[in-house]
This record gives sequence, structure tokens and C-alpha cells, in this order.
Amino acid sequence: MKIHEYQAKELFRREGIPVPEGRVAETPAEARQIAEDLGGGPVVVKSQVLVGGRGKAGGVKLADGPDEACEKAAAILGMKIKGLTVTRVLVTPARDIAREFYLGIVQDRARQRPVLMASAAGGVDIEEVARTAPEKIVTTPIDPVLGLRGFQARQAAFRVAEGRTAAQMARIMVQLWNTYRRVDANLAEINPLIETPGGEVWAIDAKINFDDNGLVRQPEIAAWRDPAESPPEENEARAAGLSFVKLEGDVGCLVNGAGLAMATMDLIQHFGGRPANFLDIGGSSSPDKVVTALDIITRDANVKAILFNIFGGITRCDDVARGIIEARSRADIAVPVVVRLVGTNEEEARALLAETDLVPAATMDEAVQTAIRLAEGGAA
Amino acid sequence: MSIFVDRDTRLVVQGITGRDGGFHAEQMQAYGTRVVAGVTPGKGGRMALGLPVFDTVAAAAAETGANASCIFVPAAAAADAILEAVDAGLGTIVCITEGVPVADMNAVMPQVRAAGARLVGPNCPGLITPGQAKVGILPGGIVAPGSVGVVSRSGTLTYEVVWQLTQAGLGQSTCIGIGGDAVIGTNFIDCLAAFQADPETEAVVMIGEIGGTDEEEAADFITANVDMPVVAFIAGRTAPPGKRMGHAGAIISGGSGTAAEKIAKLSEAGIPVAEIPSRIVPELQKIYTPQA
Repeated sequence: MKIHEYQAKELFRREGIPVPEGRVAETPAEARQIAEDLGGGPVVVKSQVLVGGRGKAGGVKLADGPDEACEKAAAILGMKIKGLTVTRVLVTPARDIAREFYLGIVQDRARQRPVLMASAAGGVDIEEVARTAPEKIVTTPIDPVLGLRGFQARQAAFRVAEGRTAAQMARIMVQLWNTYRRVDANLAEINPLIETPGGEVWAIDAKINFDDNGLVRQPEIAAWRDPAESPPEENEARAAGLSFVKLEGDVGCLVNGAGLAMATMDLIQHFGGRPANFLDIGGSSSPDKVVTALDIITRDANVKAILFNIFGGITRCDDVARGIIEARSRADIAVPVVVRLVGTNEEEARALLAETDLVPAATMDEAVQTAIRLAEGGAA
Repeated sequence: MSIFVDRDTRLVVQGITGRDGGFHAEQMQAYGTRVVAGVTPGKGGRMALGLPVFDTVAAAAAETGANASCIFVPAAAAADAILEAVDAGLGTIVCITEGVPVADMNAVMPQVRAAGARLVGPNCPGLITPGQAKVGILPGGIVAPGSVGVVSRSGTLTYEVVWQLTQAGLGQSTCIGIGGDAVIGTNFIDCLAAFQADPETEAVVMIGEIGGTDEEEAADFITANVDMPVVAFIAGRTAPPGKRMGHAGAIISGGSGTAAEKIAKLSEAGIPVAEIPSRIVPELQKIYTPQA
């Protein structure tokens, strides 16, 4: 899960990281008021959307005072950035920049622990720096139990800066770690951390992503979820305990298990079709879950055929078939449905399906090819 | 022979009085696994499925000589359950639980390593040595004893592939699902090393997916250390970047972890990568015939 810059800054502030003041506006008039409240000087008006590259897209603008803040907010509010409409802007005092640094803590999968990354090449895309000039990034693995120690932070800070700036940076690194650990983040980033001509250090941008598995113990953060992060179908599926990702094709998929669901999507593409979604209905194929899933899939006007691919395993296939038949009768479905079931009692399951208008298939390849043909308007 | 579990496995089931723990403990017993005890704090002294239930893993191990554990506790309690099994000296710990926070696994792994324990999972289906023992939730009916080792990040996709192997007459030494999370106890390299060291395993099928770089590292490991035939499959060729595809670890982030990268790296190492699941068996048959 992601949160907005202004929310990440709030979490940073709580740990003592120096963040410029600022508030969120939903109208140009509010933006003017905030700029006045901030003293009437130059401000930055920053779109609050959950995608990167806001600056390049024209979603971050400098204003010389309240009137221009109003104008810039009017220009930014309502614009679309990577498909997301801007409904809020952060208005914050502009700072003069002498130098820009990068600070980030991210989960390192291979090391099985978080790592601190610091660089004097701040303000740019750090993934690009990592690709083209990795020597410019100082990487420090963090012991998950001991945490980021003060000496580690100083070692890193004094490699990318010096003097009082480095000392302040080292303190901020530890505060960044405290934030990361406290909220179950898997990314916490300040890009850039700036030094002003007067030697002050400020976090002028903030980004935090969260470990979805940690959200159950972070109720405050979980409540910050912005539904605009995902399409409405994905939010609905999540609430029903389904793992769903919307795609652009015409074959709707219901599969048990994430790996098999991915392989099913891939197979549709392999045989020349296009999957409409990724959907893992999980271990128990209860009729209620299947009904919700069918409901979400059939609302997509692109969907021309539906494919069930269920590897029953221990679950009895005849039970799964009854669930699908019940769900089929409760949901309003105008497109053909192909069902492939494997596992215990699969013959009984196929006999049950034969009494319905569901189209049975024996193998994954057959099921996918049949579904593609039906989606194209062909016969079963 | 086999890897990690066999007929000498003496299993304790943590969370045996729960719905999933009870159901699968019974399935494991039915398969022939030597399940020796259950653990549920506060329910010590009772019986479940004809087995003694203990309050702690330490008590269960002391009383029954258990040497392995299968964990079915809720996500919030999973890290503690793993550490408890480590503390009790169990050598093989299989955590089925899904949804364990990454920070918890970061903290647990150094303890697992220090104790020299083998943790499989979390968020995994466990493993099965056909005809000997199953520890986890894999369906026993789809496997057959033999010499192909199977290692996978998936659950049902593993069953799909194992079932195809069995139907083609290719039995398995051990089938292991290592789990779909970003931080897991046992990775591809651990399994490949164990299969290489196992005299009964003659070939390996490796099923990867998007996210992370474990498959790439496995490719290097195979080049350097594995002399038996290996066939791979990678799920998620069509997965969009930045989206978590069900498994917590199945996400293309910052442009890395794509199926294309993994397939390229495996192919460079000379490992055939089946384009679709039904090609895995034919690809394996091209380079491997079971010894009589």
C-alpha cells in the first residue's frame, strides 16, 4: 500500500525529521489561504497522487506568493497524472537549495533485511542512479533486531556529506529507520533531502510504501488507504478476500492459487487470447466468494468468455462444481463459461457440469483454447 | 531417498486444534506421515486425532522425540511459532501460514540460521516425499515415488506440474513448495543443493515466478554446482509491473523481477525453460530418462 506525500511527511514529523510546514488544499482558494498563513512568501504547490514522476508531468509548481499559489493550484487540480485525477495539492514553503541528497530505506529481498541507501546524487530517479552509477550510492544493511545503529548512520552520512550537514543527516537516517520500523514499511524515502545555502537540512519530499502483511497491526495507516490507488474492482475484490488485478483483455479468469492464476494468464496470451484479469480465489472455493468474483468479472463489458481453472487437490471437485453451479445460478451471466477441474472426484464433477450450460474441459490447454474461441464468438 | 522429510520424520503440528491445522494433520496422518503430537497453548493434556496435545513445542519434543514441525497458526503468531520450534531444537520447520509481516521474517531468519534449522515457507504448501511423508497441505494423491525433484514458489501450479509428471510415469523424490513471500526460509539454491546431494534425485523441475532474483541466482548455482538435468518454468510473463500478483513476493518493482529477465538468465545457463506448463514434461523427457 502507498500513502500520499503529505501523509508520509506527517509520519516523518512525528519522529522529528525536519519537514517544511504545509497543508493540503482541495480548491484554489484554500491554496491561497494556506500560502497566506505560511507568511505570504514563495511556496511550492504539489499534486498529491499515488504515482511517481509528478514533477515531470507538470504536477509540481513554484508560486511567488498567495495569488500565484491560487493560479497554480487551479492549473494542477483536476489534471490527470498517469491516469489519476489530482484532487488535492500540498502547499508548502519553497526552500533555496544548495545541494540535494537521497536517503532511503528499502527491504532487500536477497539479504533478508532492510538496507539504508544514501547518495549525494539526490533529486533524481534513484533507480536510474543505481543502474548507471551504483558507486554513487552508499548501501548499509540494517540488522533487523539491532536496528540502524548511530555509528552506521554516521559512517554513511560522512561518506556522502561532511561537517554539520553530515551530522544532521546521520540523525535523520536514524529517524527515518524509526519511522520505517514503526509502521511496517517496505520503502521509506526522502528524495531530495536538501541543504540550504544557510546550511539547514530539510526533507522536502517524502514517500512511504507499506508491507501489506503488516497492515493488520497498523490500523491508523490502513485507514489512510486511498481507493484511487487501485481500480474500484480491485478494492471490491480485496474487501471480499480475493486477489484481483484488472487487465485489458476479454477472457475473464477465476483460478485457485496465485502461481496457477499467473500461468493461466500467460497461457491465454500464448494461445493468442487476452486475459481480462488476474484472479486468485484462494483455497476455499466457497460459493459466496465465487459469486463476488463472477459479479466483478461480468461487470467488465470487455469480457466475452469466462474461464474457471481449479486444481482441486484435497478439496473435492464435485463440491467445487456445486459451488460454481450455485454461483452461476445466482449471478447474471450472459457470456459462455468454461470450467476445468482437476483433483479428487473430478469425474463426478464433470457429470454435474454436463447437466448445465457450463462448458467442461479436461486440461489447462484445452480450457484456455476453448475460452479464447468462445470469446471470439466461436462454438464450444 | 529424498530431501528434508522422510519416514524418520517425527512431526508435531502447531495449531492442531484449529480448523486448518486439524484438517491437514488428519490428511498427513492418512498419508502415512508419523505425526507424533500437537501443540496448542492452553489445551495441553487433551487428545486430538488420537495424538497428545501439549501447551508448548518444548514439552511436545521432550515427550515424543519430535524432530519436525508443521505450523498452522494465525499470521500474527507465526514468527513466534517458528522461534518456538527453533528453540525446541526441531531441525525441520514448515510454516504454512500466509500473511506473515516481512519485518517478522527478517527478525526470525538469523535465529533459524544460527540454530542450523531448516525452515520451509512461510506462505507455502509444504513438501512431500512420495510414499514416505508429507508435511504440509499438498494433495497426496497426485504424487508417485521416483527420482524427479520438484521445487516451486507456487502451490496449485506445483500440483498441476506434479500431476503431469505422475501421469507421464515420472515419479518424484521430493516435491517442495518454498512459498510465495519475499522473505522465505528455504530458497531455490538450498533445494538444488539438497537435490544434488541426494543420490536418488536424478533430475529437477524448478517452477519460479516474477519478483526478486532467486531464479537468476539459482541459474548461476546450477551452472557451478548441479550436474543433473534441470527444466524450469516461470509464471507471470504477462504480469503488469508494480502489481502484486497474489503472492506477496510476486511483484515486478523498479523494473526488476520480470519473467523475461529470469527466462533469459536461465536460458543463458543452458537450462530449458518450458514456455507453457504442458511443455515441462516433454522438455524434461528430451534430456532425461529415468534409470530403470
